[in-house]
Amino acid sequence: MGKSTGMSRALVRRETIAGYLFLLPSLFFFVTFVVYPMFMCIFTSFFDSNMGKNAVDTFIGFGNYKELLQDKVFLGALKNTLIIVVVSVPTVCAFSLWVASAITDMKPALTSAFRVIFYLPVVTGSVAVTVVWKWMYNNYYGIFNYLFKSAGIIEKNINWLGDAKYALWCIILILFTTSVGQPIVLYVSALGNVDHSLVEAAEVDGATRTQVFWKIKWAQIMPTTLYILIITTINSFQCFALIQLLTSGGPNHSTDTIMYYIYYTAFKLYRYGYGNAMGVVLMIIIAVLSAIQFKLGQTSD
Amino acid sequence: MRNRKSMAYRVFALVMVVILAILFTFPLYWIITGSFKTGKQINSTTPVWWPTEWTLKNYEKLMSKFKAPLWELPVPFSQYFTEDGSLTIASTGPTVPAAIRWLLNTVWMAVASMLLTCLTAALAGYALAKKRFVGRTVVFTLIVCAMALPKQVILIPLIREMSSLKLYNTMSAVVYPIVGWPFGVFLMKQFAEGIPGEMMEAARIDGASELKTFTAIAYPMIKPGVGALAIFTFISSWNDYFMQLIMLSSTKNLTISLGIANMQAENSTDFGLIMAGAAFAAVPIIIVFVIFQKYFTKGITMGAVKG
Repeated sequence: MGKSTGMSRALVRRETIAGYLFLLPSLFFFVTFVVYPMFMCIFTSFFDSNMGKNAVDTFIGFGNYKELLQDKVFLGALKNTLIIVVVSVPTVCAFSLWVASAITDMKPALTSAFRVIFYLPVVTGSVAVTVVWKWMYNNYYGIFNYLFKSAGIIEKNINWLGDAKYALWCIILILFTTSVGQPIVLYVSALGNVDHSLVEAAEVDGATRTQVFWKIKWAQIMPTTLYILIITTINSFQCFALIQLLTSGGPNHSTDTIMYYIYYTAFKLYRYGYGNAMGVVLMIIIAVLSAIQFKLGQTSD
Repeated sequence: MRNRKSMAYRVFALVMVVILAILFTFPLYWIITGSFKTGKQINSTTPVWWPTEWTLKNYEKLMSKFKAPLWELPVPFSQYFTEDGSLTIASTGPTVPAAIRWLLNTVWMAVASMLLTCLTAALAGYALAKKRFVGRTVVFTLIVCAMALPKQVILIPLIREMSSLKLYNTMSAVVYPIVGWPFGVFLMKQFAEGIPGEMMEAARIDGASELKTFTAIAYPMIKPGVGALAIFTFISSWNDYFMQLIMLSSTKNLTISLGIANMQAENSTDFGLIMAGAAFAAVPIIIVFVIFQKYFTKGITMGAVKG
């Protein structure tokens, strides 16, 4: 404790005891229900672990991981998850930045009204949102088929969720509407905090709107962009409710994501060790991606 | 010239945002109007944009389909004394539509998550921001790392842990992991950084106890933050479908989201009934959100890492 040189030893002791007493309730829940399960997740991923009263876990080293590399369903799920992330992260960021910059210029009441509206799909809850989209995508009674047919884009009804060509894209669209709420709120607040004297100085010098945006505002909202990139990536990787409620990974595993496949392995196949190995792989991928995004964000600063 | 161009852009932006706003509200509009439509209007191949005939049939069906007792108060810790690990029920309420019981369960779950999270996070955030103790950086690093990991990957170990603690299929199994999630601690630390050191110093010189310093000086200053965290936790735990799905199973114990999800699995084409359920689940939480949205927005923005 280099910083505490000015403090007496008795004071340090008092601070430490008090500090841990204040932390205790929170640490109890954190360690018991987050840290311990995370540790167990890594630990059991090296075991062949099943359900049942007398089931015994047998140590198999990297057996689960080796099996993962040959599991076609897992590799498909990994591919789907990556498609979701690669498509949704940039679109969510760009879209929310555009909406936020369009609504920050408006009257405060209007800004806050729009902020609420774009946040609505998040608050409505994944179940309510998903069931209404399921109806809208429906083969016979859905509005999508009606609209596209009236516009002359398609001739025959399309079974959106039942067709492997479209199902994943349908899911990405819903995920998009439930993902932009938080980034918009963050961008509105970040744009409001941009140094106004810089913006005004640039405008006096005759800078255009676009120049002001890219030369001044973009650099100042960089930390927010970085944060949004990371949370959107994590959320896209965790995409689960939509899959479970809409397609259950079908048709023919075409919409499986890693998260859904972990759930499937645990609840349908009861292969705990195998599921945990997938969880570990997912953790590593997310940790690596977050680190890369963090590094990129720092160097461009 | 430049002004005219900027004016044109403003009008274009406004029109675009309004169109997008309409598209974003449409699903909610479709849920609510759909819940009042007759079967004929629901299953028409040409969409009925505005109900021509309003009906309460869907809600009647929602209320009559499943029944459950309004409440069941268990004897605390009784699951550790019965042979099969089931709870001994001390008091049972009158039989009501299950949807009402589910709503009550959800409110109870969200309120418990909210209170426990606020209490533990306020204390911990204050300690991390203001106490200079040994190991502080280690604890804080652990918290930030945990936040960057997807919490859903721990589902399997969490289920096993809950069943060995005999908490599986109880609300506690849903609440405790929510409380353990360190976002709240992180948020409260951000707020507690703003407490001036001189005020704490003054309290110490006056001989105030640590607890007194917290309640009299720190708490009033982080109160807006606690409000933000409270509303944030309430809404996010209400909508935490994943945790509810893996931890709860019996019909009586369901939350409203789970109840509707099960109903849609069983009657996947009765869209009127499902929309009534969706409206029943979504409208209360939307009202809460709209009332408290200022605090909510503050919570989200303060939680973002600064710089």
